[in-house]
Amino acid sequence: MLNVQELKKSVLTAIWFMFLTFPIMVIKVNTINQTVEWHWLRMLYVGVGAFALSFVWRYLIKRKEAGTRKEVEEGEGRVLLTQRLLQEPRLFRPIVALLALFLLIFPFVFSMYQTNIMTTALIYVVVGLGLNIVVGLAGLLDLGYVAFYAVGAYSYALLNLHFGLGFWTVLPIGAGLAFICGIILGFPVLRLRGDYLAIVTLGFGEIIRLVLENWNAFSKGPSGIANIPRPGLFGLDLSLHQSHIYIYYLMIAMAIFTIFAVKRLQNSRIGRAWIALREDEIACQAMGIDKTRTKLSAFALGATWAGMGGVMFAAKTTFINPASFTIWESIIILCVVVLGGMGSIVGVACGAAILILLPEYLRAFSEYRMLIFGVVLVMMMVFRPGGFISEVRQTYEFKGLKPSKN
Amino acid sequence: MDIEYFFELFLGGLTRGSIYALIALGYTMVYGIIQLINFAHGEIYMIGAFTALIVSGVLTLMGWPQLAILAIAALAAVIYSAAYGWTMEKIAYKPLRGAPRLSALISAIGMSLFLQNYVLLAQTSDFLPFPSLIPDFAFMEPISHIVRSSELIIYVVTAAVMVGLTFLIKFTRMGKAMRATAQDRDMAMLVGVDVNKVISMTFVLGSATAALGGVLIASHIGMINFYIGFIAGIKAFVAAVLGGIGSMPGAVLGSLVLGWTESFFTGYISSDYEDVFAFLFLVLILIFRPAGILGKADTDKV
Repeated sequence: MLNVQELKKSVLTAIWFMFLTFPIMVIKVNTINQTVEWHWLRMLYVGVGAFALSFVWRYLIKRKEAGTRKEVEEGEGRVLLTQRLLQEPRLFRPIVALLALFLLIFPFVFSMYQTNIMTTALIYVVVGLGLNIVVGLAGLLDLGYVAFYAVGAYSYALLNLHFGLGFWTVLPIGAGLAFICGIILGFPVLRLRGDYLAIVTLGFGEIIRLVLENWNAFSKGPSGIANIPRPGLFGLDLSLHQSHIYIYYLMIAMAIFTIFAVKRLQNSRIGRAWIALREDEIACQAMGIDKTRTKLSAFALGATWAGMGGVMFAAKTTFINPASFTIWESIIILCVVVLGGMGSIVGVACGAAILILLPEYLRAFSEYRMLIFGVVLVMMMVFRPGGFISEVRQTYEFKGLKPSKN
Repeated sequence: MDIEYFFELFLGGLTRGSIYALIALGYTMVYGIIQLINFAHGEIYMIGAFTALIVSGVLTLMGWPQLAILAIAALAAVIYSAAYGWTMEKIAYKPLRGAPRLSALISAIGMSLFLQNYVLLAQTSDFLPFPSLIPDFAFMEPISHIVRSSELIIYVVTAAVMVGLTFLIKFTRMGKAMRATAQDRDMAMLVGVDVNKVISMTFVLGSATAALGGVLIASHIGMINFYIGFIAGIKAFVAAVLGGIGSMPGAVLGSLVLGWTESFFTGYISSDYEDVFAFLFLVLILIFRPAGILGKADTDKV
C-alpha cells in the first residue's frame, strides 16, 4: 500500500539519514597532505538505502505489533515451523543423520583450509553452548566470557612451556582452572542485578586481558606464546595435514559431548532451576531454590566449557596472544548465542555455523563483519528476541487424557 | 613528596574527571529515566570528536580564524551527536520499551559495535591528529607550565554544563517532566507527560554533553581514533556507578574521584595497569556499595 503519507515518511527518513551521515561518510580530511576528499556518491547510496529500508522497517514494526497482539489474544499456542520440525522425530532424525555424514566425510572432500574453518566453527559451537548455559539458561549476561577462554588457552600454553605437559593432560586441567575461575568470579558478582553483572564481567574480562598483556614475566606479554604443540595421537607422527584432520575429528567429538552434556544438564534438576531463576528470581527463591548455588553452578559450568574451548583453540592455532581475547571476542560468542536463539542447543549450533562460516565464505564482506554483527544484534533484539530457532519449552503431556470440550 | 608533582597529578586528575563527568552525565540521565545502560554512549562521544575533526579540518583549509573554527566545530559536534543519540534511541531502544532489560542491553551493545565499525569503515582505523582548537590565552602565560589553556577551558565548560543541566532539570518544564518520568513512567504518562518526547530529549541532552567532552578532550590530547569511545565510555560508566547511577551530582562526584584516583595511581604506582585499576575499582564498588556514593539503594518490590 503505497500511499502518499508513507512515501513522505520515507523521504523524510532518507533526508534525515543523509544529513546524519554527512560529515562522517562524505568528507574525509587528510590532515597530512592538507586535502579534503568528498564522496558525494556515498550520500546518494545512504539516501536510497534509507528510503528503501524505512519501508521494510515500518512493515516489520507493524508486523511485530500485530504479532504481539495476536499472541496476547491466542495465548502461547503458536508453534513456529522450525520448532515443529525439531519436535517431529520423523523429520528430525534423517536431518541429523545427513548432517553427521556430511561432517564425517568433510575433511576428505574439502581442502585443509575448509577443514580448518570448520574446526573454528566447531570451537565456537562448544564455547557458544557454554555461554548458552550462563546467558541462555540462567539469564546472566556475561560479557567477560572470553576471559575463561583465555584461561584455558594460556593454561595449555604455559603448562606446556614450563612443564611440558601434553594436550590430553591439560584438557581437564584447563577445564578445571576455568571452573575455579568461574567460581572465583561468580562469587562476588552474584548479588548484582542483570545489567550491573554484565558490566562487572566485562571489567573482569578486560582485567585478565590487560594482565596478560602487561605481565611479561608470566605470559610473555603482547608477543604471545608460539609453538604450542598440536594434540598427539598415541605418540604417532602426524603430518600437518593429518593433524588438522585429527583436530577436526577431536572437535566433532567434543561438540557432540558438549551437546549431549548440555542437553542432559538442561533437563536436569539444576537446568530447570536455571531456567526458573532466569524467569523470576524472587518466585524461584520462594520455591526453595538456592539462588547462590544455582547461579554459581551456571557460571562455573559455563566457564568450564570456555576453558576446554580455549585449550582446543591453543592446540589448533599453536600460537596465542592477548589480542585473541578482547571484549569483541566475547561479543562474537554472545552473537552466536543470541542469533541462534538463547537457550536452544540447535539454535546455538546454527548460530555458530552462520556467524563463523558466512564471513569466511563471503570474503568480500569480511571488512563489514563486525558492522553486520552490530546490526544483527540490534535487529534480533528488536524483531526476534528469541533468536532464529527459539527454545522449545519442556512440556509434559498426559497421554490418554482427552481435552474436555466446553 | 614533591608538592609540584602532586599538584600536577591533582590537576591532571581534575581534567580527566571533568571529561568523565561530561560523559557520565549522559549515562546517568538515561539510566535514571529508562534504567538502561546505554552502552553506545561512548560511541556518541567518539562521533562528536570525529565530527569536530572533520569540520575543523575543512574550515582550516578554507582559512577561517581559529576561534570561529572552534565554535563551529564544537557546535557541529554537539548537533551531530545529539542527532545520532536521538536516532539511536528511535531505532535500537524505542521498540524495546517493556522488553526485558537484557534485550535492551544487548541491543545497546550491538549499536556500539555498529557505530564503531561505521566510523572505522567510513573514515580510518589509524589515529588521526586532532588540531588543538583551543588557543593559548595570553593571561594564562605565567601559569601555563601548570595549567594549560585547554585544561582551563575543560574546567570552565564542565562547570558551565553542570550548572546548566542542573538548572534545566530543576527549574524548567522539561526538567520537571524528566524527573517525573524517572520517578514513575506510567504515572507521568497518566498526568499528561509525553514520555516518548522526554526520553528522546534525555538522549539528545546526554549526547550533546558527551560531544562537548569529545571535542574538549580530543583537542587537549590531540589524537583520536574510532576506538576512543569504548574505554572512555566504560570509565564514565564506572564514574556514574561510583557516584550512584541516576544521580547527577553523583555522576560528577564519581567522575572526579575516579579521575583523581587514576591520576595518582598512574603517577605514583604504575602506568601499565591504569585500565586494570579502573576496572578493579568498578568491581569493588559494585560488590561493596552497589548504590554508589550518593545513590539510594533500591529495594525490590514483589
